[in-house]
Amino acid sequence: MTRLADHLIIAPVVLPLLAGAIMLALGGEQRRSINAAINVIATFALVAISIALLRAADSAPGGVAGVYRLGDWAPPFGIVLVADRLAALMLLLTSLLALAAVVFSLARWHRVGVLFHPLFQFLLMGINGAFLTGDLFNLFVFIEVLLAASYGLALHGSGSARVSAGLHYIVVNLAASLLFLIGVSLIYGVAGTLNMADLAVRIPTIRAEDRGLLETGAGILAVAFLVKAGMWPLSFWLPGTYAAAVPPVAAVFAILTKVGAYIVLRLWLLLFGDHAGVSAQFGGEWLLFGGMATIAFGAIGCLASQDMARLAAYSVLVSSGTVLAAIGFGQVGATGAALFYLISSTLGLSAFFLLIELVERGREPGADVFAVTRELYGEEDEEEELAIIGIAIPATLAWLGLAFVGSALIISGMPPLSGFIAKFALLSAALSLGKGPVSVVVWTFLTILILSGFAALIAMTRAGINAFWVSSDRTVPRVQVIEMAPVAVLLLLCAMQTIEAGPVMRYIQATAQSLHAPDDYIRGVLGTAIERPDKGR
Amino acid sequence: MEIVLALGIGVLTASGVWLILRPRTFQVIVGLSLLSYAVNLFIIAMGRLRTGAAPILAERAAGDPARYVDPLPQALVLTAIVISFATTALFLVVLLASRGLTGTDHVDGREPEA
Repeated sequence: MTRLADHLIIAPVVLPLLAGAIMLALGGEQRRSINAAINVIATFALVAISIALLRAADSAPGGVAGVYRLGDWAPPFGIVLVADRLAALMLLLTSLLALAAVVFSLARWHRVGVLFHPLFQFLLMGINGAFLTGDLFNLFVFIEVLLAASYGLALHGSGSARVSAGLHYIVVNLAASLLFLIGVSLIYGVAGTLNMADLAVRIPTIRAEDRGLLETGAGILAVAFLVKAGMWPLSFWLPGTYAAAVPPVAAVFAILTKVGAYIVLRLWLLLFGDHAGVSAQFGGEWLLFGGMATIAFGAIGCLASQDMARLAAYSVLVSSGTVLAAIGFGQVGATGAALFYLISSTLGLSAFFLLIELVERGREPGADVFAVTRELYGEEDEEEELAIIGIAIPATLAWLGLAFVGSALIISGMPPLSGFIAKFALLSAALSLGKGPVSVVVWTFLTILILSGFAALIAMTRAGINAFWVSSDRTVPRVQVIEMAPVAVLLLLCAMQTIEAGPVMRYIQATAQSLHAPDDYIRGVLGTAIERPDKGR
Repeated sequence: MEIVLALGIGVLTASGVWLILRPRTFQVIVGLSLLSYAVNLFIIAMGRLRTGAAPILAERAAGDPARYVDPLPQALVLTAIVISFATTALFLVVLLASRGLTGTDHVDGREPEA
């Protein structure tokens, strides 16, 4: 690998930082069109960089594209960035969502508040850093960067609904960050290192009397991530915040819960995988049952939602819960299926968040609430419907309807789009777990998974009927091409994931295998270092 | 010294938790600040408590780790202080915006119906 390619690993962190800083230096709000141009170019460059990293990771032996030592300090003393298959995949997903969201925002949404573009780049910096870092405390720093930017973006557009939802979001996340710090320092106190690979080496050698403390630390740390991932008892902040955020922001926020899921995937499998000795699979059943509870909660929330934004927010919970539960099985096949599902559902949800606003644009506010109430109380006060036979559907509405159907298929997991393959992979992975008869837990998981898809289908069909068919007096929304294109691209990506399911699945299975057997990751980070004697801290 | 520190962390945490469960935004922000102090002290404690030991190497006296205190938790605390300070300031702004928009300092943006 050339020297330039080595530095590519830090580019996803440095590029957004520079882009954001330049925007601020240019004078922030006065130069919005220049900022917008920089934002689009930087995000586009991020897509290119992620593709390069993905290819590098896929072709590298062991799946680690490279380890970047910040300041050239050797691990475990220095901080490292690691680009392996999982990190590269998440980077690519983030940058694609970001590109769609930023193009969408150019039509109108970047004008409704201040400093949208710099905050957007700082958010990307935080997300990318969190995916790349190989150090526990550095992870905290990047998560704080992404949260700080997300606080600003959640409030973008202002208004009392956003501010009060944002207030809850900030308090919950600040409290979670404090738990994160407690967890990190407990782990440091026991293991004496913060480098993830080094921790993975040391955890099997921790003395029995310290093990309780270590597991307490890991548990507290997990609570902090699961708040971000939106696991059930910790997720009540999520629907309000996501539903209140402006559409392009909500579309990027679809990846934020996956940051939590990513960290669980990375840390749990690295620190408490099968090689971890006594602590192996620590907390797996919590992930499994918590994930299933999240799916159930999200599905009920979907059915109860009276407007599409809340429906989308609860679908985020369903998606998050499915990923967590599948990870909780702790099996390679299930992890791979979870990753496939993660990609498909994140793209679909992101498209849905963007689409909602376009669909709602032509309707009076509160139309959904009205429609649901009307269903409940019979249709007595409905005015006489005129005979509307043979009215041509406007092209815009046809496109919107088609996109709506597409995202509904992906989110509920119906054929022929990628959501179906993802659900199918999850089902088959769950059924082929272990040998012998399928256990009760697996049956419960299967039932919840299928019912949640069914609930999503019902909820989305109802929303679609209300939006497209019922309201005959609606005005056709005025939709610009740059608003429709991102939605179309996201859905096309899902279609691509369906058509190219073979190569995608191969990549993802390789990712899952290296997550479950992280020897290459550890060797990549620590060089040739083999298990060192514990210093008995 | 350990018992004093432990009691300090305990009192700060208990007060902080009680305050963030209160309905007024100002109480919540004070609660979060107290909690962050408790966490900072806790991080220091995780580097083991030593008196009279420096976290940086003295001139011509390097080599004996027993004479120094672990510098890493101190660096972590420094970072944690900066970050919690910044986020608290940011939260303060949101608090004021919420007060201005809703006319109440209740965390839900409206007074509970009695």
